[in-house]
Amino acid sequence: MAIGVQRATQQLTMADLKGRVDPDWCPGCGDFGVLAAVQKALVELRIPNHNVVTISGIGCSSNFPGYMNTYGMHTLHGRALAVATGLKLANHELTVLVTGGDGDGFGIGGNHFVHSMRRNVDLLYIVMDNQIYGLTTGQTSPTSRVGMKTKSMPFGNIEAPVNPISLALAAGATFVARGFSGEQKHLTELIKQGIEHPGFSFLDVFSPCVTYNHDNTYQWFRPRVKKLEDDSAYDPADWKAAMENSLVWGEEIPIGKFFERTDVPTLHGAEPVLNEGPLVRCDPRVPLDVARSFIEELM
Amino acid sequence: MKQTFAIGIGGAAGQGVATPGDIFAKIFSRRGLHLNAYNAYQSIIRGGHTLLTIRTGTEKVTNMGDRIDLLIPLNQDTMDRHLKLLSAGAACIYNADTIKPGPAADGVQLCPLPVSELADISRNKVAQNTLAIGAGLHMMGIGFPALEEVLREQFKKKGEAVVAENVAVARAGYDYAAAHFRAFPNPLSRTENRYAILSGNTAMAMGGAAAGVKFYCAYPMSPSTGVLHWMAAHARKAGIMVRQVEDEIGVINMAIGAAHAGVRAMCATSGGGFALMSEGLGMSAMIETPVVVINCQRAGPSTGVPTKTEQGDLWQMLGAAFGDYPRIIAAPLDIGDCFKLIPEIFNLADRFQCPGLVLCDLLLSEGRLSVHPQDLDFSPSIDRGELITSTNGNGTPSAAATNGDYKRYKITDNGISPRAIPGVPGHIHTVATDEHMEDGVLISDEFTNPVKRRAMMEKRMRKVTGIEAAVPPPVLSGARTADVTLIGWGSTMGVIEEASEILNEQGISTNQLQIRWLVPLHGEAILEILKDSRHTIIVENNYSGQFARYLRSETSFVPDGHIRKYDGEPFMPHHIVEAVKEQLAGKTQWVGKTQVSVPMHEIMV
Repeated sequence: MAIGVQRATQQLTMADLKGRVDPDWCPGCGDFGVLAAVQKALVELRIPNHNVVTISGIGCSSNFPGYMNTYGMHTLHGRALAVATGLKLANHELTVLVTGGDGDGFGIGGNHFVHSMRRNVDLLYIVMDNQIYGLTTGQTSPTSRVGMKTKSMPFGNIEAPVNPISLALAAGATFVARGFSGEQKHLTELIKQGIEHPGFSFLDVFSPCVTYNHDNTYQWFRPRVKKLEDDSAYDPADWKAAMENSLVWGEEIPIGKFFERTDVPTLHGAEPVLNEGPLVRCDPRVPLDVARSFIEELM
Repeated sequence: MKQTFAIGIGGAAGQGVATPGDIFAKIFSRRGLHLNAYNAYQSIIRGGHTLLTIRTGTEKVTNMGDRIDLLIPLNQDTMDRHLKLLSAGAACIYNADTIKPGPAADGVQLCPLPVSELADISRNKVAQNTLAIGAGLHMMGIGFPALEEVLREQFKKKGEAVVAENVAVARAGYDYAAAHFRAFPNPLSRTENRYAILSGNTAMAMGGAAAGVKFYCAYPMSPSTGVLHWMAAHARKAGIMVRQVEDEIGVINMAIGAAHAGVRAMCATSGGGFALMSEGLGMSAMIETPVVVINCQRAGPSTGVPTKTEQGDLWQMLGAAFGDYPRIIAAPLDIGDCFKLIPEIFNLADRFQCPGLVLCDLLLSEGRLSVHPQDLDFSPSIDRGELITSTNGNGTPSAAATNGDYKRYKITDNGISPRAIPGVPGHIHTVATDEHMEDGVLISDEFTNPVKRRAMMEKRMRKVTGIEAAVPPPVLSGARTADVTLIGWGSTMGVIEEASEILNEQGISTNQLQIRWLVPLHGEAILEILKDSRHTIIVENNYSGQFARYLRSETSFVPDGHIRKYDGEPFMPHHIVEAVKEQLAGKTQWVGKTQVSVPMHEIMV
């Protein structure tokens, strides 16, 4: 986000970032923690809220943009990243946050997820991963663990879950992290880093569903999550170490920044058409001498 | 009838059909002649059979016509397929070493070229093509310098030796024809005009550039890929961001994202890709972010016949995405119109903040036409509608309180609500695909509200009235009353025009109603025009009469007859002429009170 990030001349407050309505999430939902962390991160980064666009798909967590006082787009199920890519390319001075759930991002939106990462689109993608479909009242999601019983798989899930961190690393994401809604300060820090990272930042957040997922609860996660940052030997520049850690799941589950590299050009940075500034500010007219040359080619 | 001359060049894909085609096209256009080219081909990179028809004349040539004057078969297969279709006065130039002619009609001149005697075929693998071009041009009465000039340009990059060799081979063919073949009775004329030769895909891409498109994205799909190719090749000069996306779902959503940021965004696909885009169109309509989508129709359903034309997607366009929403659908009438339509539909989409759909087809997308350079206007009017773009945001925070009264979906008399783009201070809002209130807040989840839902539906749908007023009704061409009125839409304009001319010459007075704007249709105006028609026939390139059914659903109008074609190939004028005569004589298949003709395509391509 290095290019074009503008800082507010005066301090925003948490209240400034509060949307027009209060969240309709169930009491205790992990998404509250993510919302607060995002607002806190924006306050601390002093980014003017009219230069922020929060874009989501569909699902419980995708109601997120409505609870923010930034520009927002509540798009189609699974399509937030595609919309966000177009928006960022048309005006790369905007700070783009994409928010959604595991079904939205890894299920119906899986194709865009992979391709947005390899393109290194400059945005922060936060997945509120609760390992369940909530808004459709409790079905198996792409991150549901084997054996988990849901309304769609009442005898237990027999399909292996997707590993979002490994997938992101393999697809070429240049910032890969995992947070936990129950670890506010840590999460806020990851969000700040993700916003400031030039390129695609992927942040998978354990955001427990208190209504439909009785397996992966706050109580389940708390003793297990272990911050990578606590290991002073851990080097987020080491992709192989990141991949190895991404496979750890059990009594210990790593959270924190798995990987970051800043030497890959962002999509908008690699495109010479944007050298003159954001497209949205360019003259829509093709210069007449250029237009004449286009016609001349055909004669 | 207008005087025209048509060349057919056929062979297997990879045999070099395109190069002679390009050479003839250049020579014709530099003589100030109009031309129309259509390539019948298959979904194969090497092999198969392709037939390129180039028809030229001093007046506008609107379709491939009914006859080939000069056939150049590059292999035996082409000879076997097409020689028998030639009629008196035509000629066929072929490689006598490798190709044997079959039976030909009386008056067809067979022109065998002793290729191995005239050129060193071990050195020049396409010598037969070059010899045939030279011979053909002599027979058309065109001087050799015109060919030499084009050959020099064509082979310039390969060095002087290659240029010299090709010029010498062409000269040998030219001289051989002078000594052995009968020239055509009417040499091709010459005018002082100069035309651009372009495909519909190039025209739509350039039309987009002229309209101020800053974002174009696509997934490759025949026959729309030419739009992507032009855009990609010219992106940097034109200042357009061009992206190839993972699928058409990504395409439409990316385009909408860019459009939402405030630029004009366009994408093109064919029927299959368009099917994937439907949900996105609904989003464009619901969040009221305009986007222009081009559908270059090919023969369906499903993968269908990827290299063949059809007008089979009308109902897909009419019904794309669920729910009711305002949309604009237009079908360009010819390749020149492919250019002109794009700025027009962008202005409407921007003004009314809804999707604009262009219904093109392979015939126009991949056909080539001579267009007057003045008709490629790069200064069309650009109307962005009610767009709030002042981007003086430089660090001033806009807290909720400073947003004032801005309501993105403000209820207005005309249904249009001023649209602020992200980055503008004081206008923060969230757009949603869920139903929402004037300020964008959802009324779909926590609280629903029938009164507000109705108000928002009516607000959006009020835009339809404005769109109707902004789009002109169709006009009848030809005499006010006639024995026959031919009704068509989009790309069939040219062939129906020529069929009408032939019918008029044969004493059957015929006029034509060609539809360009499909939504809004102006049904009342159409009924007013058709009330004086003595015999109405709807001509369309599909199986079920999609336009006929649409017209009936909108107006209750039922025509006297239908002429339909769904074999993958476009209409030729005689298909329509003969079907009209049969229908007037009551000799075709009756379906209820109407007659349906399905002309047979005689050319096996």
